[in-house]
Amino acid sequence: MRRLLLLAPPWLWLLLFVAAPVLILLAIGLAEPADGVPPFLPPLGWEAGRPVWQGSGASLAVLTEDGWYALAFLRSLWVAGVSAGLCLLLAYPLALGIARARPSRRLPLLLLVLLPFWTGFLPRVGAWIGLLRDGGWVNGVLMGLGVVQEPVPLLYSDTALLIGMVHAYLPFAVLPLTAALLRLDPALEEAAADLGASPFTVFRTVTFPLSLPGAAAGFLLVFIPAAGEFVIPSLLGPPEAQLVGRVLWDEFFQNRDWPLASALAVALLLALILPIRLFQRLEARS
Amino acid sequence: MTDPLLRLEGVTKRFGATLALDGLNLEVRRGEFIALLGGSGSGKSTLLRLVAGFEAPDAGRILLEGQDLTGLPPHRRPVSMMFQSYALFPHLSVFDNVAYGLRREGVGRAEIGRRVGEVLAMVGLQGMEQRRPHQLSGGQRQRVALVRSLVKRPPLLLLDEPLGALDAGLRERTGFELRAVQRATRAAFVMVTHDQAEALALADRVAVLEAGRLAQYGPPQELYDRPATRFVAGFLGAANLLEGRVGPDGSVECAAAGCRLRLNEPPPHAPGEALTVALRPERIRFLEPGEALPSANAASGVLRDLAYRGEGWVALVTLSGGQVLRVVLPGAASPPPPGSAVALAWAAEANIPLAD
Amino acid sequence: MRRWGLVLGLGFLWAPILLLVGYAFSADRIPFQWGGFSLRWFAALAENERMLEAAWLSLRIAAGSATLAVLLGGLAGWALSRLGPFRGRALFGTLAGAPLVLPEVVTGLSLLLLFVALQGVLGWPANRGALTVLLAHATVGMAYVAVVVQARLAGFDRSLEEAAADLGASPFTVFRTVTLPLIAPALAAGWLLAFTLSLDDVVVASFVSGPAGTTLPMLVFSALRMGVTPEVNALAAVILAVVGLLVGLAGLILQRSRRNLPGAG
Repeated sequence: MRRLLLLAPPWLWLLLFVAAPVLILLAIGLAEPADGVPPFLPPLGWEAGRPVWQGSGASLAVLTEDGWYALAFLRSLWVAGVSAGLCLLLAYPLALGIARARPSRRLPLLLLVLLPFWTGFLPRVGAWIGLLRDGGWVNGVLMGLGVVQEPVPLLYSDTALLIGMVHAYLPFAVLPLTAALLRLDPALEEAAADLGASPFTVFRTVTFPLSLPGAAAGFLLVFIPAAGEFVIPSLLGPPEAQLVGRVLWDEFFQNRDWPLASALAVALLLALILPIRLFQRLEARS
Repeated sequence: MTDPLLRLEGVTKRFGATLALDGLNLEVRRGEFIALLGGSGSGKSTLLRLVAGFEAPDAGRILLEGQDLTGLPPHRRPVSMMFQSYALFPHLSVFDNVAYGLRREGVGRAEIGRRVGEVLAMVGLQGMEQRRPHQLSGGQRQRVALVRSLVKRPPLLLLDEPLGALDAGLRERTGFELRAVQRATRAAFVMVTHDQAEALALADRVAVLEAGRLAQYGPPQELYDRPATRFVAGFLGAANLLEGRVGPDGSVECAAAGCRLRLNEPPPHAPGEALTVALRPERIRFLEPGEALPSANAASGVLRDLAYRGEGWVALVTLSGGQVLRVVLPGAASPPPPGSAVALAWAAEANIPLAD
Repeated sequence: MRRWGLVLGLGFLWAPILLLVGYAFSADRIPFQWGGFSLRWFAALAENERMLEAAWLSLRIAAGSATLAVLLGGLAGWALSRLGPFRGRALFGTLAGAPLVLPEVVTGLSLLLLFVALQGVLGWPANRGALTVLLAHATVGMAYVAVVVQARLAGFDRSLEEAAADLGASPFTVFRTVTLPLIAPALAAGWLLAFTLSLDDVVVASFVSGPAGTTLPMLVFSALRMGVTPEVNALAAVILAVVGLLVGLAGLILQRSRRNLPGAG
């Protein structure tokens, strides 16, 4: 009974603040937009003492019929995929460096990777605005090296968007990868070298295949939040190219179309269920 | 006299403040089975890792067939190593594990198939090719690790505690298999072990390491019968150590044991000098009641404790001088009950004078 | 080669941050342009009433939501790793982990819809602002705390608690004398995590807040949308200094406690 007493608060909280909101989201996705506060008609109304269905699948239909939304989805998944891939590319040498460092140095190095998290997400994105603009540092360095003659328009481009994404999410990829590499028995790599494998072959045939679960977890850990990311695309990305997070935001805050925003959220959830399940499987296994 | 296969010249290795190997010299001949015996921290595993190339010596040279290996990375060295954990690649099948080294050499597909099949058959693992390491028993894993490091026919195989991870029951049988494989391949084996029985049973020569130095190096029987130092005598077969002083007639007077020792050959010591003598517990016998106590190589005392171990008895006898002597009697003997007064005697050749 | 990978990765992570801090001391109005050393942006920051007000609000929300998150998430993590199978465990686990994997926009929108519905049905919360942001952040933070606590408890053998019970401790005493000390570091880490997540969040807060509850990140976000102001750089420098100080302090305490407990860790 005391167990129940301890279990009740988290149970109630989760039902009220996690389960109920998602159910309401599903319901509003089926509602009709309307003028008023809140700006929709509940899908299940009450008329003359009995429930009346007054919702519609119109918002969901718009998503499938209007190619613009489908494009935003595809672009979001593409940006998330490329960001996650780039993060892995940078995370491998970092994770290898940490995992192979002397044990006393590992924690400080890991802290150096994680510390940017604690400096605030917005200031970091803000720094890239200053660095990537025409008169900014990046263009200054490129021109100084003679790579380009005049400033390249970097800010508000896909390049800026990807740089911002990778910078923000890189630690997410480093953590599981480092954990996977630390779990790897160093004798395996030594055995491979002993059997005649060069350092690169050791990486290709032993280190890489055995760290794949960690790499996959790192990829998904970046991919999942990146797919719905709002702040980075709106601060660094090209204004004309729409991503799901921004579309949802604009439908909600500018067009005040709550049912459409909810339908978008539901669609985003559906698109992410597969990667989320995959990630949870990987976590459960390790 | 041909060149030795492996030759270590003054090899020194430090880890921070600790000296793992201290100017070690060692030679291994072709086709020889060597056991490196020592406690933890004696430097025996460091020695293997230096020869394999995972560590670099701070001083000294490592020569294989007269060629200096120092500075050569592990994958360019013709020696192979069998790891204590076996280090089987968990993501590869038994076949791919064994074929790994051959693939690195660019051996043809058909040749790989033939040679892998051959070595797997040698250790009775045919039909297991497609299994993954986690689907094998401990003994099977050990054999896969063994043939994986032998399939490239290295002239020298390094084995780090090859029997250490096996159950006691499996150890003896696997030890015999190891010897058979060694004879069949004619490779030299250098095996690290902390188990003296294993070293004595398997090796042609045993090297006892103490604190990064070679304490003694020779055939098992020589080490057992003629240990050079107290460390070797204590490490192999737990010998009794009798401390004494050389008398004017060349005999040794041991106060703590309360007895006089007469050696087979007079010691090179001057009268009055201190000398330690090792005495094997199984060389001591109990005198029959009524038998006269000899004037030398005999002692009397009280039987303190007795343990039956199947193949023999272990008896602890407190001598008149206070020292406790360990005695091993054959299983068929019928020793008196603990607390009885007993008399002990041994032959002169059982006394082994030690250098330190 | 390994060192090279570390230098490249850490350089990419840290270069923008270090430049940002350096240029916070530049007098120039255009950010990342050197106009001589000056503290004027720090002074401007100190006089910016809106910014200070928002920062105070954010700190209070972060502290409150982190505390709630530790209480709820601690219980959830403990239940998931120590209670064994109970009715609805699978659903409980899914719900406890959901905020970790839900996109921020989905979390924000769904919680807003909940608050609107609650207001319609119960009349509570009467309006949106600090309270709704706090509830939302506690929900997200709770998920993180639950994971951290669960991981910590998974690292310890259950037999520790069984031994205490065997020695005569009641379930509550077992919890107080064994479980709680074991998970205390996880609770502390979880509190910090929830605190910083709350301080860093724009998206969820923007959805669930009302006109009265402008948090610091919301304010910074709108400033960034207009283009960076040097004041934001100054703010970032202040945050970094505080964080650096806290991390240094935590490291020092950790080292001390390790020295006092020989053989621990």
